[in-house]
Amino acid sequence: MNNRDLLIRGRSLTKVFGYGSRKTTAVDAVDFDFHKGEIISIVGESGSGKTTLAKMVMGLLKESSGTIEYKGQPRRLKSHADRKRYWKDIQAIFQDPFSSFNLFYRVEKLLLDCIKLQGLKLSKEERYRKMREACSFVNLKFEELHNKYPFELSGGQMQRLMIARIFMLHPKVLIADEPTSMVDACSRSTILDMLLKLRDENGMTIIFITHDVGLAYYVSDTIYIMEKGKIVESGPAEDMILNPQHSYTRQLINDVPKINSNWDLGS
Amino acid sequence: MSTNILEVSGLKTYYKTRLKEKVFAVDGVDFELEEGKTLGIAGESGCGKSTLALSLMGFYFPPLHYGSGSIRISGSDIMKLSKEQLRSKVSGREIAYIPQAAMNALNPTLRIIRFIEDIMKEHRPELSKKQVWELAAERFKTLNLPEKVLRSYPNELSGGMKQRTVIAISTILNPKVLIADEPTSALDVTSQKAVIKLLKDLLDKKYIRSLVFITHELPLLYHVTDEIMVMYAGEIVERGAAEQMIFDPVHPYTKKLMGSILVPEEGMKGQKLAAIPGAPPNLKQVPPGCRFAERCSYAQGECKTGKVPIRANGSNRYRCLFDTETLKEWYANEQS
Repeated sequence: MNNRDLLIRGRSLTKVFGYGSRKTTAVDAVDFDFHKGEIISIVGESGSGKTTLAKMVMGLLKESSGTIEYKGQPRRLKSHADRKRYWKDIQAIFQDPFSSFNLFYRVEKLLLDCIKLQGLKLSKEERYRKMREACSFVNLKFEELHNKYPFELSGGQMQRLMIARIFMLHPKVLIADEPTSMVDACSRSTILDMLLKLRDENGMTIIFITHDVGLAYYVSDTIYIMEKGKIVESGPAEDMILNPQHSYTRQLINDVPKINSNWDLGS
Repeated sequence: MSTNILEVSGLKTYYKTRLKEKVFAVDGVDFELEEGKTLGIAGESGCGKSTLALSLMGFYFPPLHYGSGSIRISGSDIMKLSKEQLRSKVSGREIAYIPQAAMNALNPTLRIIRFIEDIMKEHRPELSKKQVWELAAERFKTLNLPEKVLRSYPNELSGGMKQRTVIAISTILNPKVLIADEPTSALDVTSQKAVIKLLKDLLDKKYIRSLVFITHELPLLYHVTDEIMVMYAGEIVERGAAEQMIFDPVHPYTKKLMGSILVPEEGMKGQKLAAIPGAPPNLKQVPPGCRFAERCSYAQGECKTGKVPIRANGSNRYRCLFDTETLKEWYANEQS
């Protein structure tokens, strides 16, 4: 496809932790091209460097070597203004929704902060309309929730509230770091459908990090498989899952229990 | 004739809130488990799966209280035993329980062997330390766990290894029933597979006779268990053979639950996943009729008030106002 706009490009991106004999290379000379309006999955075991890669893309960790280009320009995060501009475009949701909210704020205040962050000057009705819209996007009822504290919500509700905040901020890129690992299967499908909706309706680019190839296959357009800091295979989701080339990809697919074929537990 | 190893009838357990209200998290559960069989319990979060597992152990710590009903293990009612008898005779020997996130409960200042010595001091005091080590080493070897784990501290092990170690420790007395509450939910798929393999090994080598496996990952249950039981708001809504439950569920809730399965197989992509709107009911005020009625897309007026019978579909049992034919017809109409 030629009409895909390149949004983020990484070239020989490396992250090394520690010094001397304790050196560990978490991400090892990784190349990637993330296109606009796509959902990209990064799949791998625990400790394969998925989260480190995502944090570098987000600009939370400084890369040891290599470059990241954003919108065709080398990414600059030197000054405060640079970072502010970059983080307006890129947002993240994490595994544990409990840790991402201020526990002393009510839901209303949490959502209101998103409006403040954007620097919008809105009337009271406008603000409430926006918050209601965001809540209905994620199938939550604003009237039931607005007076509650985060600990009063269930894990699935909180993760959805997190997505409601993303919806209000409408960043260009969303990094979703295992957003479904703490919720049950029903909430999981709701969250995945919301990510798809964000892509289709808002043209958001989503980087989805998971260890479950099943989820990656369902939700993504492109899949990158990581093993021990290296990307071993990448390509369109269909090809990757139905016709895997690398032995590690095959192993990952094999590790997921399926329902229409036998699950080989190995010896 | 195979014998029932675990029989539960009319079990009700509740949490007492600060306002002295009783919240029944397990509300009239009946089931039995045959020797050598495995049973899976599925359901959303907050449906009482973990409370049921905790209740089966016979230990009740506030705010959890015992309401009524009986739990029989190999024919003897454990609710009639004193706490002391429960601790020394039943737990670990007859029935072992691996709570959620058990791997985080290991004391980080003790080596793994110390946990095993601790169990043996209570249950087999005649063994010397050396004998305990030999026994533990042998058990670990047969379960394909390296012997050096025994000498390690918990923080030296990876998550998957810790979980497998916890399972090996809790089954060291060869309990008849093992209750595993979400043993794989915090692990990645590769470690998950290793844990499942370990549980299968335990069953194959007859270290445990039966397994109760709690999870919300339905594809897992399909591969591990013979029967699946689906819980909703403290009640069992459907129960049947794993094969039938996955491919041919009857109850609308089970149907929706099965619709949320995600597997990396052809045809999965672009398929609409079933999502259940809303949340399970607040157990403080249980709706009078069918508890699922509020979220059920097939619900009629009478669902919300009438008493819900338990119906049969072959060997399946399900709790719904409507019979199998009516429900099947609705599902067929929806698909077309």
